[in-house]
Amino acid sequence: MKMNCCSEKPVIGLPSGEKLCKSHFTDYFENKVFKTIRQFDLIGREENLGVALSGGKDSLTVLHILNHLSKQNPKIRINAIAIDEGIAGYRDKTLAKAIDFCTKNNIELHIFSYKEEFGLPLDEMLKILDVKPCTICGIFRRYLLNKKSRELKLTKLATGHNLDDECQSIIMNQLKNNIEASARLGPKVGIIQNDKFVQRIKPLYLCMEKEVTAYAFINGLLDDFTECPNVVHSFRAQVRDILNDMEQKFPGTKYSTVNSFLQILPLLKQKFKGGMIKVCLKCNEASANDVCNACVYLERLKKSIVKVE
Amino acid sequence: MSKISIHVFIDRQNKNTNIELYKNSTVADLLKKLDINPVTVIVSRNNELILEEEKLGNNDGIKILSVISGG
Ligand code: SF4
Ligand SMILES: [Zn+2]
Ligand SMILES: [Zn+2]
Repeated sequence: MKMNCCSEKPVIGLPSGEKLCKSHFTDYFENKVFKTIRQFDLIGREENLGVALSGGKDSLTVLHILNHLSKQNPKIRINAIAIDEGIAGYRDKTLAKAIDFCTKNNIELHIFSYKEEFGLPLDEMLKILDVKPCTICGIFRRYLLNKKSRELKLTKLATGHNLDDECQSIIMNQLKNNIEASARLGPKVGIIQNDKFVQRIKPLYLCMEKEVTAYAFINGLLDDFTECPNVVHSFRAQVRDILNDMEQKFPGTKYSTVNSFLQILPLLKQKFKGGMIKVCLKCNEASANDVCNACVYLERLKKSIVKVE
Repeated sequence: MSKISIHVFIDRQNKNTNIELYKNSTVADLLKKLDINPVTVIVSRNNELILEEEKLGNNDGIKILSVISGG
């Protein structure tokens, strides 16, 4: 049965067949985010929360909603952290959007760049190292976000990951036989008692990318489309396309994938509970091995630069 | 059957184009003609989101906005 929420013109249809107007969709979306926060215990009574802000629609949506929450609860403080990887023609645009949003909403924004922190922007690193862009980009981003969150004394770091992102990660890890990486997925990452590691939370965990975009559009958070020039190389993009084809043919595919994953996640966490409890011998940050991935790649960068010179 | 003409902007391709459709065609028909999966976009007319079953009119200006995260 197809139902309309009220007499207002519907703007979006849900996989269930229900059709919602602008204001009922906004309520539906925000309620879903708050429900996710409660269900997975993402935010406590008192927090100094960070929001990892890329300037894209997902992270802006998280910041927009958590900023409202913070206004209602003075014990929940909000800061934004942005990473400037150094991707010409892409990150400069999304960062401008991030700066603009934080200025208008009076949110403290901390920006850290690969160039300042590691000596080179990503674009330059990729000329030197023969690696997949997203591999080192991700390793360095997670490294910086964790380190800076700790230095800023943040209690948790919220990210813009949505249902589609999670679904893609689950399938990618399956296809690559990398199930240990799946143990580090879920709405709340890093439960391990480790003072080197700042917990990451995903308030958009149960929101489909299409819903996030519609919410961002309705609330004026959607900017002109920009895409990282490196994204075409990614395995993720191919998995994403397959999942979207499946979702079109069988609505609810993404929910089902993530929901069934949630049921096995406790078992995965149990099986791999040893991960990330070491401390990197070089930089003293949390690591799964004696030397962390960031230091491994930084070392390779240094060696290649010496060779070139 | 008579035809209508739609002005379409596709943000992911940064492309403006005119598409001819049969009268009474819907957003879903437009997406099908453009070979775009409806799961991957939202569609707006006059800055308002519209549903896939919405009928299109002659000379409508339609924006097709990608929901895909840019990285
Ligand atoms: S698409 Fe890859 S290279 Fe581009 S920002 Fe994302 S992780 Fe980095
Ligand atoms: Zn309504
Ligand atoms: Zn290290």
